[in-house]
Amino acid sequence: MRNPGGKLLLEVRGLTTSVSGVEILKGIDLAVREGEVHAIMGPNGSGKSTLAKALAGHPAYKVTGGEARLDGQDLFALAPEERARAGLFLGFQYPVEVPGVTNASFLRLAYNTVQGARGKDELDPLEFDDFVREKLKLLDINPAFLDRSVNDGFSGGEKKRNEILQMALLEPRLAVLDETDSGLDIDALRVVANGVNSLHAPDRAIVLVTHYQRLLNYITPDYVHVMAGGRIIKTGDKSLALELESRGYDWLLESGRAVAA
Amino acid sequence: MTESAAKSYAAALLPGTLPAGPNAWLNRLRAAALERANALAVPTTRDEDWRFTDLSPLYKTAYQPATFPTEMPREAIERLFVPEATSRLVYVDGHYVPEMSMTGDDGISVGTVVDSVRGAPGIAEGHIARLVGVEQDPFAAVNTAYLQHGAVVAVPRDHQASRPVQLLFVSTQPERASYPRVLVVVERGAELSFIEDYVSLAGGAYFVNGVTEIAVGENASVRHVRVQRDSEQSFHIATCGVSLARDARYASQNICFGARISRLSHNVRQEGEGTDCKLDGLALVAGRQLADTHSSIDHAQPNGRSRQLHKCIVDGAAHAVFNGRIVVRRGAQRTDSAQSSRNLLLTGKAHVDTKPQLEILADDVKCAHGATVGQLDPDHVFYLRSRGLSEAAARNLLTYAFAAEIVDRIPIASLRERLEELVTRRTQAKV
Repeated sequence: MRNPGGKLLLEVRGLTTSVSGVEILKGIDLAVREGEVHAIMGPNGSGKSTLAKALAGHPAYKVTGGEARLDGQDLFALAPEERARAGLFLGFQYPVEVPGVTNASFLRLAYNTVQGARGKDELDPLEFDDFVREKLKLLDINPAFLDRSVNDGFSGGEKKRNEILQMALLEPRLAVLDETDSGLDIDALRVVANGVNSLHAPDRAIVLVTHYQRLLNYITPDYVHVMAGGRIIKTGDKSLALELESRGYDWLLESGRAVAA
Repeated sequence: MTESAAKSYAAALLPGTLPAGPNAWLNRLRAAALERANALAVPTTRDEDWRFTDLSPLYKTAYQPATFPTEMPREAIERLFVPEATSRLVYVDGHYVPEMSMTGDDGISVGTVVDSVRGAPGIAEGHIARLVGVEQDPFAAVNTAYLQHGAVVAVPRDHQASRPVQLLFVSTQPERASYPRVLVVVERGAELSFIEDYVSLAGGAYFVNGVTEIAVGENASVRHVRVQRDSEQSFHIATCGVSLARDARYASQNICFGARISRLSHNVRQEGEGTDCKLDGLALVAGRQLADTHSSIDHAQPNGRSRQLHKCIVDGAAHAVFNGRIVVRRGAQRTDSAQSSRNLLLTGKAHVDTKPQLEILADDVKCAHGATVGQLDPDHVFYLRSRGLSEAAARNLLTYAFAAEIVDRIPIASLRERLEELVTRRTQAKV
């Protein structure tokens, strides 16, 4: 739901970011309030993923200007792990494979680290097992996931389900999902959407970075932002996503150029 | 080191005289080995096979053979026992300790070279020094000159040993040498798992010079786990020779943590058609350690298959060497071979030399090989940090995972778990 009077969860102002010396983000302003779902759309190369990675603190993405606050806290003063502990979650477009470490032990390590940082009790392996199986059931994910190495040999869809599982366990204040829907079949898409919807709560917010309108059939965004050339060039509601689906991006880019001229 | 100095080093290690033992064949073998050892020069970095591994720190001391230990650290040794094993031979400072050993009744014949092995008479005489010769190799020659109570494991035809055999070589005396020797003979259709474990209990500088020979009979199967955790001041030089008869299967995990300088030459020869060989290796070294693995898989017959994954994790200013030779002889058609060398450098001073060496003389073969040398992938570190792990914890977990891929293949649960702990400790030093 749109929550104009709600608490500001993420506030980005004038963010510029470069990768390998090339400026990708050229001034992003974004305000996300508690309870809201935002979709960030745009053609390839528009800077959507760069925004997600810059917020999460990937070392290859250099913030050159502007600021970002999560719950009023300066995000860019924090290391990536501190951002995670503060309640930011990035769902990866390409989750990393870690052969040799079971998913169960990785999930427990991540969960306990974040719980510990929030002053909550950590769970021992047995307690965690009960807890994680509950989440698996909720998300309709096969428990065999736990015994496999992290993402090792997972299909694209399985990796994305694993991202959603991690999100569900870590219970972030703000989840940024970077193209979590790309390359998914309809079942996997439903699991992802289901996970996102079940996380959705009045005190949390979700930012979906997506190339296609497809995911938005399952998740209704309160705001749709269109990025191009490192800027947000248009913001609207879910009807904007439908319009993009039928008309493509070109008309927007052209009108953007006309405005710029 | 000059040629004459290198020559006199082998001589300096040798016994002055060979006391005649009860076995005439063994006396003859030892005398011949002694003669060769006196004639051979030990290697220097001018030898192509040793160019990355400078043994001159070893050559500074002519380590003399350890005496039988006056005090036996029984409890510390018992902690090293693998509970799954029903047969176990224990050697302390190179000396066989029968009261700590156990030759279980699992249908396997276990004993020492000099005593006739119960149930397998003539097995040592028939097989020893066949797979690791003394002609060219001065260290093997010195080892053979000292040969007395070497371990013998023989599995009779069609017998499937259900429990692993443990061969434990413990070092307790610094400044001394030991000469471990292992002979494994697995007859047609039989199966065996065995562990060779080299452990330091008191640290210090010492020299382990070992030879292992494994003959795998027709359609027989051997699973071999070798663990080297000698002290970080010690020297460990070993050769392992393996022969595979028709349709034989051999799978090994070679785990190397220890020694200031270690060298394992692991040579497998496929002597029959349709054999299958898997060599997995892990070297995890730090400080100023050097770990050198030279392997050779010789496909001499058609329809052979081999898989090799060798990994090195190099921390500090340590150095790892891998030389993986694959030979496919003319006539060894339809050989299917794959080799991968993966190396992780944890510091700017860590160093690795890796070299695949393919000699393919047959034309209808599949041979794949690849080598990577690198640091932890920043994207991987970032992924784990984005889940709340500190940078150190992320790096440790990834380093552990890199090693675990090999350790997880060890088929003996209790040993696997202990090594996982050891790897965890060694990859978490910097938290």
